[in-house]
Amino acid sequence: MKLERKIALVTGASRGIGREIALGLAKQGADVVVNYSGSEDRANQVVAEIKELGRNAIAVQCDVSNSESVANMVKATIDTFGKLDILVNNAGITKDNLLMRMKEEEWDDVININLKGVFLCTKAVTRQMMKQRSGRIINISSIVGVSGNPGQANYVAAKSGVIGLTKTTAKELSSRGITVNAIAPGFITTDMTDKLTEDVKDQMLKQIPLARFGEPEDIANVVVFLASEDSKYMTGQTLHVDGGMLM
Amino acid sequence: MADVLERVTKIIVDRLGVEESEVKLEASFKDDLGADSLDVVELVMELEDEFDMEISDDDAEKIATVGDAVNYIQAKQ
Repeated sequence: MKLERKIALVTGASRGIGREIALGLAKQGADVVVNYSGSEDRANQVVAEIKELGRNAIAVQCDVSNSESVANMVKATIDTFGKLDILVNNAGITKDNLLMRMKEEEWDDVININLKGVFLCTKAVTRQMMKQRSGRIINISSIVGVSGNPGQANYVAAKSGVIGLTKTTAKELSSRGITVNAIAPGFITTDMTDKLTEDVKDQMLKQIPLARFGEPEDIANVVVFLASEDSKYMTGQTLHVDGGMLM
Repeated sequence: MADVLERVTKIIVDRLGVEESEVKLEASFKDDLGADSLDVVELVMELEDEFDMEISDDDAEKIATVGDAVNYIQAKQ
């Protein structure tokens, strides 16, 4: 196992990609803090599954766009496990609309969760990781943060911002043994993408050289790599995990 | 005073790898003791632990010299 005795905090881990990341880290030996915003039952379910794997886990409710809430979550992590080795900034929402129709509120909500949330969680764990002289921060961006996507001005701006934040954080913390990398998933089958129409899905499939949509596990595998010693000479990078959609 | 200065000096010597004789009250962390911005952040973190206090970001930004740190801690104690 690649992550024995490691402690991981995964935001937005009650479902979708986050859930699979939490399980993937646990399968490699990590104990996991399962953060959720609203889905308490599903978060508890993830905790139960991790415990079945023989690892420890707790569910912590937290709004990642609220600094006080984030500070409490990190405190709960340290109080329970005594340290923190891996942060996965995964929590995210979509509120799609054409730019001309996008409400200011839709813009703010997505930026607050998807971009400010990454800033707040990163800031909150940095103190602990600097003391430990080691740490892994993995930010879940999106392929549309690189390519752009009509109808997603807010989401794309946030996900693109995450890539810039990843590079800057990587440069600031590299001297303290902390690496920071991003993953840009392509089309991954989750609740979030189930909302798309069949037409849109067919269109997207034509653009994917590997000719299938990704599974949450495809992202979790890369998170495990970035969280492990195997990636120790990488920082500030954005890995595209998209079946070749964007090259 | 002596006690605070002694404890602060020890932390600075450990963290920045400077000689004890260089740690004067007027010495600037960045200009005289070779600290970069991140070193200063870490120093403040260690001072918080050593003296069991919280130093706000606003206050931390004002701590530039050894004397600033010592005075701040004494005023808070």
